[in-house]
Amino acid sequence: MGPLSIISELPEWLNLLIAFLIGIGFGFALEQAGFSSSRKLAGMFYGYDTTVLKVFFTASIVALTGSQLLSFFGLLNLKLVYVNPYYINSAIIGGVIMGAGFIMGGYCPGTGISALSIGKIDAMIYLLGGMTGAFLFAETYPYIENLALENYKGEMRIDQWMGVSPGVFTLILIFAAVALFWIAELAEKKFERRDITNDL
Amino acid sequence: MNPYLAGVLLGLVLLSAMFFSGRGLGASGGIKYAVVAIVGAVDHQHAMETPYYSKYFENGESPLKNWLVLEVLGMVLGGFISGAIAHRLKFKLEKSPKISNNKRALFAFLGGVFFVYGAQLARGCTSGAALSGMAVFSVAGFVTMIAIFGSAYLFAWFFRKLWI
Repeated sequence: MGPLSIISELPEWLNLLIAFLIGIGFGFALEQAGFSSSRKLAGMFYGYDTTVLKVFFTASIVALTGSQLLSFFGLLNLKLVYVNPYYINSAIIGGVIMGAGFIMGGYCPGTGISALSIGKIDAMIYLLGGMTGAFLFAETYPYIENLALENYKGEMRIDQWMGVSPGVFTLILIFAAVALFWIAELAEKKFERRDITNDL
Repeated sequence: MNPYLAGVLLGLVLLSAMFFSGRGLGASGGIKYAVVAIVGAVDHQHAMETPYYSKYFENGESPLKNWLVLEVLGMVLGGFISGAIAHRLKFKLEKSPKISNNKRALFAFLGGVFFVYGAQLARGCTSGAALSGMAVFSVAGFVTMIAIFGSAYLFAWFFRKLWI
């Protein structure tokens, strides 16, 4: 029965070992997806490479359906799994700032770590910038604390907000993903840039 | 690897994090703990007097003894193994041939500053807020995902010379 670390009260060293092993899988999957290349990632925003969308939506659907199946068979108590709290203002403003960083740097933090692990120098510089960003946030926190805490909605769930069951929502998301995959494949043909993608 | 197959693999890793540890994946959080530890080591008094840092020292243990820090260390090893298998290990500054190394370095740095600042505000990045949030039906996850990608598309025109 999961989550194992909560239900079985695992010792701290074992939790940290599990974190390390999960990290190995995470880093491996990101690098295998090709996310260690900023020019490949940036292709998402110019249409010549849409791997980001395909990997992102496939992964979220696998985890969403997998966790519900585990819960259905009594193997995972979803009530004990962390649900991100919703602060409307900071989710939107933070997201917009992240998007600007994405298009300037070509990486998000996870893909930056993936690129660092195979020796990309631009990723190392990106992550130094990332550490600077975290430092600036900590130092400016008193000035933006109100913004960070405004419009708090708790652990708001999208299926409940839409008034549908978890299963129906998952189905809707799968249909939406298939439609997006179809558009993505079309975009890759329309915005093809062999001069860039052949190098990747 | 085929992107859909890589997506399945990433989804299974996320599912393992939920099953074993009752939580999602993360990346920017690991960067934050590294910064907290550095500030604590360089200027301990400042760290103790600033509530944002001091909360991470309350239990008397190092802020590096943390699930996210170990996960990020694992990521580096996992990426290295994948790169070794695929023969992609190489020190290289990746950029468009149309821009200089210095320009790429400057925007890579600025991109990092913006992204992680925004991630601290939104309580997670593409991994911790968007991907992991969506997997647990969190509205915050969906909203953050739309805000990140929507904003990147909006700004893409201004930065197109960096990439195409």
